[in-house]
Amino acid sequence: MIEISNLHKSYKMGANKLHVLKGINLNVAEGELLSIMGSSGSGKSTLLNILGMLDEADEGSYVLDGVPIKNLNEKIAAKYRNKFLGFIFQSFNLIGYKTALDNVALPLYYQGHSRGERMDRAMSYLEKVGLADWAGHLPNELSGGQKQRVAIARALASDPKVLLADEPTGALDTKTSYEVMDLIQEINDEGRTILVVTHEHDIAQMTKRIVNLKDGLIIEDTVVSQVRALENV
Amino acid sequence: MFDLDRWEEIFETIRKNKLRTFLTGLSVASGIFILVILLGIGEGMRNGIAREFEQDASNLIFVFPGVTSKEYKGLNPGRRIQMKNEDYNQILRLYGDRLDKTASLYQNWGQVLNYGKESGSYAVHGSFPAYQELENMSLTAGRFIDINDLNNSEKTMVIGNRVKLDLFKDEDPIGKMVQVSGVNFKVVGVFTDPGGERDETRAVVPITTAQRAFGGANNIERLYLTLKPEESFDAAVAASTQFSTELEAFLKERHTVAPDDNSAIHINNYLENAKRFFTLMDMMRLFFWGVGICTIIAGVVGVSNIMLIIVKERTREIGIRKALGAQPLSIIGMILHESIFVTAIAGFLGLIFSLTLLEFVGPAIETQYIYNPTVNFTVAINTVVILVFAGALAGFFPAWRAARIKPIIALRDE
Repeated sequence: MIEISNLHKSYKMGANKLHVLKGINLNVAEGELLSIMGSSGSGKSTLLNILGMLDEADEGSYVLDGVPIKNLNEKIAAKYRNKFLGFIFQSFNLIGYKTALDNVALPLYYQGHSRGERMDRAMSYLEKVGLADWAGHLPNELSGGQKQRVAIARALASDPKVLLADEPTGALDTKTSYEVMDLIQEINDEGRTILVVTHEHDIAQMTKRIVNLKDGLIIEDTVVSQVRALENV
Repeated sequence: MFDLDRWEEIFETIRKNKLRTFLTGLSVASGIFILVILLGIGEGMRNGIAREFEQDASNLIFVFPGVTSKEYKGLNPGRRIQMKNEDYNQILRLYGDRLDKTASLYQNWGQVLNYGKESGSYAVHGSFPAYQELENMSLTAGRFIDINDLNNSEKTMVIGNRVKLDLFKDEDPIGKMVQVSGVNFKVVGVFTDPGGERDETRAVVPITTAQRAFGGANNIERLYLTLKPEESFDAAVAASTQFSTELEAFLKERHTVAPDDNSAIHINNYLENAKRFFTLMDMMRLFFWGVGICTIIAGVVGVSNIMLIIVKERTREIGIRKALGAQPLSIIGMILHESIFVTAIAGFLGLIFSLTLLEFVGPAIETQYIYNPTVNFTVAINTVVILVFAGALAGFFPAWRAARIKPIIALRDE
């Protein structure tokens, strides 16, 4: 599903050049649930941004579902993001003045679906995350866990190949974190590829494979036996 | 355009920021308001001046002599020019085919008019029947002097309304005798003059009678001439200017005046004056447009500024939308749509308000120089075009900026 090789990325910080990714090689198969770990500054967020086409690598190749991702202009990047990827953020990033339902329906709007279909599909995803009763509420009327579940429903709405989650539990307490991880595991069980960036070991243990990053290089790549989140709730 | 979601979003943002939207709209609405009012006043001034010139026959050429200021052919300067009946007759012979209405005038200032015990000092004008139209007098009673009065040197008299009020009070003056320097004149009519009271303290008698009764010999003081009508205003001005030049040359030669002596013969060409005023008016209208457009530009800059703030505020939202697959074009569309919507609504409100004001208050304005200020349909359409253009302009730069924001940076924005 994802094939990257020899990926480099550096940022200019004034006169200095900050080399963040120093040659990353990573293959992710379809249906994997993978966590990327590392301390802050290890380059894990940069890697995720490049995978999410929010940023572009300086060097190396990136193939997503057989499509080489390079020389993207804004327009094509937007199209690919919409078609291939779903994002889950630490700070949820819901649009404040839109209801839960409208937030979930937004990616479908950019896919060009009719209003009726958008609403139907958005509603079914809200049901899936257990928030059908909250469809008409604004984000600030929801708890943190509920917001993240709305965000997950939104990420799923466009039926993406890969879900990218950047510290999805970073702003949540332990119990809520596990509930969210349970939902992510459920989605993975249905066969969807998911990448989770985290620095929490217990969260990483709930995935199937852990990739450890340090100073812009992969230092460890292990398959783990998955801990089901539900057992810990 | 009929994208329901986009409309919904615009209403959403507007609802969230009522005051900001109101202030934005106000700057555009006031811009349009000022533009329309200025244009209305410009039109009103044009109408007012046009009406001023309508008062006297508007293509009137008016000749009166003065004193020479230059020595010419052995004649000393300081010589007073006196026109004679022959001047008038010669002009009719030479230029008759181009002239429409003509009159010469022999006038006596400060003649005492007596009727019974009442008396007063008035100007007595000896002239022709055409004098009525040339001076734009209208009769309230009786008739004006006619050609028979002239041919027979009848002692008939038409008096101004003021004279009638002074001498006759409520009495009907028609057929009554008024004595001037011992000569009895029969009153045949009463006139009013749009020029007002001053022009109504006059009495008009046949020129033949006046010259004979007041010792005027064959002297005349003034000439009133109008030319035959032309197709257009510009053609009329051209013909009138041409005629004035010829007439001046003719009179100067006849009275042995230096061709470059400007004080001996005065020719007052109303049409040329009118033309000058209309040119001035056109300049003023251009100026009003300029001021109006500048006001709108100020409004547009205000809207742009506010749209930039909106974009700044919504940076994160734009980042989210981009992460979810929004194309740059759809972001531009979203911002442009909002700014065009706000400026258009505000602009139309300004337009409607100003047009209503002109419609209801306009006719009530009764000053000498502003009359019936209106804005015509074409101007209203132009204003609308300017408006939509302004809205697009106000939205474009912020939208362009928004579309260029990188999602990764936008998402980091707190």
